[in-house]
Amino acid sequence: MTVNPHKTTKTSRTAGIPFLLKTAFINALIALVLFSLMIGIRTEAGSDGQLTYWTRFGDLASLVAAVFGGSIVIELMRQWIGPTGAEKLVPASVQSGMSFVGRYLAPALLIFTLLVPVIFYDQRYILDLAILVLTYVMLGWGLNVVVGLAGLLDLGYVAFYAVGAYSYALLATNFGWSFWVCLPLAGILAAFWGMLLGFPVLRLRGDYLAIVTLAFGEIIRLVIINWQDLTGGPNGVSGIPRPSFFGIPLDNSDDGLAAKLGIEYSPTHRIVFLFYLILALALLTNWVTIRLRRLPIGRAWEALREDEVACRALGINTTTTKLTAFATGAMFGGFAGAFFATRQGFISPESFTFQESALVLAIVVLGGMGSQLGVALAALTMIGGFELFRSLETYRMLVFGMAMVLIMIWRPRGIIGHRSPTVYLTKAHAISSDLVKEGHG
Amino acid sequence: MDYFAQQLINGLVLGSIYGLIAIGYTMVYGIVGMINFAHGDIFMIGGFIALITFLILISLGLTAIPVILLVVLLVSMAITALYGWTIERIAYRPLRHSFRLAPMLSAIGMSFVLTNYSQVAQGARVKPIPPFIVGGYTLHESPDGFVIQLSNIQIMVVITTIVLLAIFTWLVSRTRLGRDMRACEQDQTMAALLGVNVDRTISMTFVIGAALAAVAGLMYLLYYGLVDFYMGFVAGIKAFTAAVLGGIGSLPGAMLGGLAIGLIETFWSAYFSVEYKDVAAFSILIVVLIFMPTGLLGRPEVEKV
Repeated sequence: MTVNPHKTTKTSRTAGIPFLLKTAFINALIALVLFSLMIGIRTEAGSDGQLTYWTRFGDLASLVAAVFGGSIVIELMRQWIGPTGAEKLVPASVQSGMSFVGRYLAPALLIFTLLVPVIFYDQRYILDLAILVLTYVMLGWGLNVVVGLAGLLDLGYVAFYAVGAYSYALLATNFGWSFWVCLPLAGILAAFWGMLLGFPVLRLRGDYLAIVTLAFGEIIRLVIINWQDLTGGPNGVSGIPRPSFFGIPLDNSDDGLAAKLGIEYSPTHRIVFLFYLILALALLTNWVTIRLRRLPIGRAWEALREDEVACRALGINTTTTKLTAFATGAMFGGFAGAFFATRQGFISPESFTFQESALVLAIVVLGGMGSQLGVALAALTMIGGFELFRSLETYRMLVFGMAMVLIMIWRPRGIIGHRSPTVYLTKAHAISSDLVKEGHG
Repeated sequence: MDYFAQQLINGLVLGSIYGLIAIGYTMVYGIVGMINFAHGDIFMIGGFIALITFLILISLGLTAIPVILLVVLLVSMAITALYGWTIERIAYRPLRHSFRLAPMLSAIGMSFVLTNYSQVAQGARVKPIPPFIVGGYTLHESPDGFVIQLSNIQIMVVITTIVLLAIFTWLVSRTRLGRDMRACEQDQTMAALLGVNVDRTISMTFVIGAALAAVAGLMYLLYYGLVDFYMGFVAGIKAFTAAVLGGIGSLPGAMLGGLAIGLIETFWSAYFSVEYKDVAAFSILIVVLIFMPTGLLGRPEVEKV
């Protein structure tokens, strides 16, 4: 049985103004009760520890008025567009057109990305933002292996990012090893932790898996905070060496790359180098994922996502399948972490909270799980959109949370809601992702 | 021994608070089959509303503590329940028949909204209140001077929990609503065919869960004397851990799991290290799930082919 929550019956649609006003009035009344104490009254602890309060009835009144007006607008839109609303906003022809565009969008986007440092060479801010977006693209592609392909819901992905970042930071600051030695080590260590997480959760499914991965992420973060001797605790690790161009430092010295090439030194060189480094890492993730999908192990992941019982009946070793998914995803998370550490030069546990895990998961789901292009577009949208609200620091997460809710209501299947099959007989038919079981663990 | 007894009391009190929050999780999971990530934040909102109501009542000049407590209890339960209802309507109901990850992400988004809403509305600083319920009993005094204390607030937390549990058990096992809830838990489609209003039952589940979380918020406020905007996240994970530990979907399991987490955390802090108490709680969750994947009192999940 399907219950349509937005079922607008004929009577209510023709009910007109009295119905509109009644709905808006009820909504405003609910808002008044909800916000009465939280918005209407502001508390603050004084200098002597005594709580004081003052009233903000103006704010309360404007919020309630906004809810009143907003519900009239929403109700009008619902009557105008129709009960299903969202789907009509994007007609079917446009949706099928999007898949056509999708074929050319990916190469176009890649060429544009390659040219970003050339076009925006003087704009440090844009380059920094592009590096940030690419970091999240890589994280999204890494998590996509675990969630999108293998269907294992991982809420603690940021733990592997943290393991990679701390592995590089500690190896580089304590032993002075170079970035290029530490990068694979960070990946291997993160993969090892991924397997370690994999073992206990092998028997768990769905939501149990989600909560254990969440707990695991928190455990790693708490250990980092409390193991002060090793990790520096809440103060983090600073003085992490910058990456070198295969041994040649990117600085102003006589040994620097600029001096050796005989060009004038500019700090932008390092940023451009970092840009191409993360682009290469992200493309490596993408390439490996696409290749693995065609191999037996990748097919086993997708089969596992669809039906675990059938997998076992067909003789697929679910233990190794799950472990490899966790390890592969974690390894890419570790690479991204090492890159993060060398870019920032400073890391602390604050960068590895649950919020980050949720952000990466949101990117994967919003992009349309399993869709590489979708994840990249989602990372661009989310991180770019997040950046727009930089000046409104306090409202940023509020808006982000609301956006997450609204996007899920509007497009629960993500931007790219269809996919082309990994293996096909004669001709590849794109299938709707409604037919794909994802995240059942 | 005395030290042990004292920690046992502290652990049971903390466990009662976790248990109250865990019931909300377990009910929603049992009926709708989703993890309500925002539930911890509803607990936090309940704490804030209780704090503000206290403040208003005191500045109005009320002095009778039982009256104040009763009014605060009713106000915070009512408003928080409305929060639970609204959240279900806005963020979860449209997604009820969507694929599994969608409601979970929507719930995570809602959790961010509530945390930051509270930060924007009430500021990021910790809000303390003066102790209302003071005094207590000395149960035992050992020769070396260690005293086992049972404070009045501890007694109140435990008694409130027991009373609420009794009311709640009666509600689920004896009333029409409880029967509807159990029917929806079994099979929503069949329940709807037999005349159960599924939408209303699910709404009521959220309302009751939020009201219980509000009581937990009030108890937390009275016990620790403070609230802050971030407390929902940690308490939420702990309570969810408790629900999973007890076997998600099982009401006695949620209470048992809450007590277990409370005791583990208290004893770990007392005998090992305070810093790693959360690590201990989460590690035990993982260990229990390895050996008992459905929790302590959970029913084994039937794998459908």
